[in-house]
Amino acid sequence: MELNCKHVWAYISDYIDDSVPPELREEIERHLEHCEICSAILDSTRNILVLTGDDRTFELPVGYSERLHERLARELADETNAPTTG
Amino acid sequence: MATTERDEAGLIARILAGQKELFHELIRPYEGMVYMTVFSIVRNETDAEDCAQDTMVNAYRHLGKFRGEAKFSTWLATIAVNEGRQKLRKAKRAKEDSLDEPIEGDDQQITPAPLTDWREIPLEALERKELRETLRTAVAELPGIYRQIVTLRDLEELNVAETAAALHINENMVKVRLHRARMMLQKRLAPYLKTTARAKKEFWRRMPWN
Repeated sequence: MELNCKHVWAYISDYIDDSVPPELREEIERHLEHCEICSAILDSTRNILVLTGDDRTFELPVGYSERLHERLARELADETNAPTTG
Repeated sequence: MATTERDEAGLIARILAGQKELFHELIRPYEGMVYMTVFSIVRNETDAEDCAQDTMVNAYRHLGKFRGEAKFSTWLATIAVNEGRQKLRKAKRAKEDSLDEPIEGDDQQITPAPLTDWREIPLEALERKELRETLRTAVAELPGIYRQIVTLRDLEELNVAETAAALHINENMVKVRLHRARMMLQKRLAPYLKTTARAKKEFWRRMPWN
């Protein structure tokens, strides 16, 4: 089976997540070896994912953690809210 | 959301046995995940923070119902998704951004943008603030279901099964939507990445002494 670019694009996400069957993976890799366009699409998508997973891209609001634990402290202090097993 | 091996089952048992203060410790690794999850649904900082707090409070109150069939983090993500959705419904903003109905065109393929004169983004480029800003905006502007998938999978790195459980959809749907979301982001960011690769040449050309 000869994969064309469109086929490869359809599998880019699964390919990155390593969830394509081995035979298909080989076909995709063979295609990538000679196709610069698909290689560039794959690399750019990967880079976007690296950036997405980077803690500095999506930051928590300043003071979020402190406010959260303050609220929890109030909650925990109230006996009536104590969790029960059941 | 990477955590070192912690005995969460043990922590939970101790909390339920009365060592309530340990709840602070139990949820600490998941504060960010919970915030980002609800933010991907409610889309504003104030509501997201309220929802995140409510999520943790609810998790505390219902901790006895956590049976350990799922990971604690998945259970927490599920509560977060429910809190976020409830908030949205209350605010009646759900209209334009329907959460439960499948979006049209789920089966259509998004064509990624070709980058003809581009090899690899240099590391320095990834470090650039503007690129992060562009990505933040791009994620914020994704339709709701895609934004939530990207947040859980690519931001918080939940696996496919955990994401499916939290969003109450099947695993195949997670994969399909994740693919579309990633291609939308690639398409959106491609021109920016292309400019990055070309910048050097044009930068020099634009200099006043040329």
